[in-house]
Amino acid sequence: MSAVTESFSTAFRLIVHADPALVRTVALSLAVSGSACLCAAGFGLASGAWLAVARFPGRRIVLLVLDTLLALPSVVVGLAVYLMLSRSGPLGSWGILFTPAAMVVAQTILVLPIITALARQVVADALRDGGDQLRSMGAGVLASALLMLLHERWAVATVMLIAFGRAVAEVGAVMIVGGNIDGVTRVMTTTIALETSKGDLPLALALGLVLLVVVALLNVVIALFRRTSGPLAAELR
Amino acid sequence: MVARWLNQERRRAVLVIVWVASLAWAPTFVLAQERSITMASTTSTEQSGLFAHLLPAFKQATGIDVRVVAVGTGQALDMGRRGDADILFVHDTQAEEKLIAEGFGIKRTDVMYNDFIIVGPQGDPAGAKGKDVVAALAKIAEKSSPFISRGDKSGTHAAELRYWKTAGVDAPATKFTGYKECGCGMGQALNVGSQSDAYVLTDRGTWLSFKNRGNLVILVEGDKRLFNQYGVIVVNPAKHPHVKVQLAQTFANWVLSPAGQQTIASYKVGGEQLFFPNAPR
Amino acid sequence: MTVLAPSTLIVLREASVAYGAVQAVRAATMRVSQGDFIAVVGANGSGKTSLLRLLHGVVAYTGSREMLRPSGVQAMVFQRPFLLRLSVWNNLRIALWLAHPDTATALRDERAEQALRRVGLGALRDRPARSLSGGEQQRLALARGWAVRPDILFLDEPTASLDPSAKKDVEALLADFAADGMTLVMSTHNLGQAKRLATRVIYMDDGRIDIDLPTSDFFASGTPGRAGLFLKGELSWSLDG
Repeated sequence: MSAVTESFSTAFRLIVHADPALVRTVALSLAVSGSACLCAAGFGLASGAWLAVARFPGRRIVLLVLDTLLALPSVVVGLAVYLMLSRSGPLGSWGILFTPAAMVVAQTILVLPIITALARQVVADALRDGGDQLRSMGAGVLASALLMLLHERWAVATVMLIAFGRAVAEVGAVMIVGGNIDGVTRVMTTTIALETSKGDLPLALALGLVLLVVVALLNVVIALFRRTSGPLAAELR
Repeated sequence: MVARWLNQERRRAVLVIVWVASLAWAPTFVLAQERSITMASTTSTEQSGLFAHLLPAFKQATGIDVRVVAVGTGQALDMGRRGDADILFVHDTQAEEKLIAEGFGIKRTDVMYNDFIIVGPQGDPAGAKGKDVVAALAKIAEKSSPFISRGDKSGTHAAELRYWKTAGVDAPATKFTGYKECGCGMGQALNVGSQSDAYVLTDRGTWLSFKNRGNLVILVEGDKRLFNQYGVIVVNPAKHPHVKVQLAQTFANWVLSPAGQQTIASYKVGGEQLFFPNAPR
Repeated sequence: MTVLAPSTLIVLREASVAYGAVQAVRAATMRVSQGDFIAVVGANGSGKTSLLRLLHGVVAYTGSREMLRPSGVQAMVFQRPFLLRLSVWNNLRIALWLAHPDTATALRDERAEQALRRVGLGALRDRPARSLSGGEQQRLALARGWAVRPDILFLDEPTASLDPSAKKDVEALLADFAADGMTLVMSTHNLGQAKRLATRVIYMDDGRIDIDLPTSDFFASGTPGRAGLFLKGELSWSLDG
């Protein structure tokens, strides 16, 4: 039990003193995962919307593959991206291995299935409600799907939050393609892994707590925004 | 409350600010890798804290940034083969010479050594304590005492297997039930060892900075065979033209120079010197 | 070749709609002419909605459906309108964009303004559409329908979910639209409403069109069979509804 209490006090101390190395690490975690989600958003949301309405032979297989990719282990993604970006690999000339760019690439691939599958669900559900009426207004099939993305933008925001959570919490992919280089590609999760392997468990736990606090703060901010728009907003004004 | 303050215009303003601010970190991605090299080394070396002591001195002397990717020796050498590193700093002489023979490294030079030790439970159930590593291992095998191996093709693992072989235990995993492989780094192996009161072969550096010791103490040390030789290798540009040969060679030259060697010797943990420079003069 | 009267818009001949094994509309034969205000009445499940969808062209059917102007614009108003989570104004603009994507934006916006004023929702322009009351939402749906200048406006039980005063507002608007010359086809189970607004009444029973008469004729006493029972059953409470 004492390791845990030590962790809480360490976490508190770290946050209050805003240790510069810690701040930099947290900022990098947020930046890498945030970028990955942004990169995946455009293609993922559009694909999800399209899949909700498209009808083509083999659609069931595509959906099956998509759902399977939800369980893609992050280490596998990391390894695959490493082999692609390695100097001996097809994209070696990009020279981005062991840089944050490589980490963004890996995490983008990781969250893409999540965004696509969940967006598909959101759009399909929304179309069940209002698809008929949109159609009667003259909306084509794809236009309906995209309008529903706009209509359900808060559900979409939740999807993005889920994707971000997955990205910021993973360690397998960023470790392999980033190399956990001190001051360059070291993020929260790889730092935690490092401290654990060095045997400094209370510190590792403390860093874990810090990460959770940061993500919680992010969620609070988004919730505040949510409350100031939408149907409740008129009442709140 | 805050929600009320966040009206339409202010909300938009905040969003724009956040959006612009989010671009502020973008330069860090592009951050010039101009005067920097990528060095593949081992987790045990990095965890010993040597690089935090050595590399700033190098940067001060030359202005070159060294980015250390710390992995197992096997992976480090593989990085050399793939051209994903400019310079290698590992401790498995046989494997290093093989790499040179394959043409992936220009040449291999001794730079320093540290030593291995065997730690184990204070009670020492196998009676391993002493100055003889081979005898100790033989006793551990005989008593089938719990022993944790890294099992990850690292330099440490390779050395460990060599000691077992000398002790007459050829494939320890098959020879006695106490032997367990964790496929992990040195610190992790020590974690497991401390949890299960097992014997572990470790490098002194990792042990000195390891905080989770539990019941473990040093039992075997000082055997000359326990010395762990480090080598530095510049990756061969003939195989990988993009390698930053000049900068990498600058590092190799520096670390082998009196200045570099002195910096290595001056690194101490708890007042104890960890690494002993032995570059050829 | 069919000889279509110059003002005919749609002709159905023995048209049927089935959802799987269920026959929703059986062999319907009727026509919609310019300036009609048709009320389709009948019990729940008699096929009113399906007939509307058939006329609107959004459902598969067997039999014959001829349109005088195949590229004509139609619009439909539903009992519970689906509104996007946007402002009233943006809902209108999107509806116009969907129906007339090639028209200039300025023209579309002008039309949206007119529609807003037409239904009296000008003051609620920037409010989230979903925050409007039931009656206001239905008026927005009517604005949506009116704005696209449809040849025919279909309405599926437009006032069924509204309170009496909202119902009055909507009925007033519909009467206005009809007076302006719009063709309307409306399903309702409120006979009083049919009597007040429609020029023609179609009575449906179990998917069949049983009666198709001008309003005055329909409400004359002596209507035979089930229709008469229906009338009697409804008449007592809905005449002044």
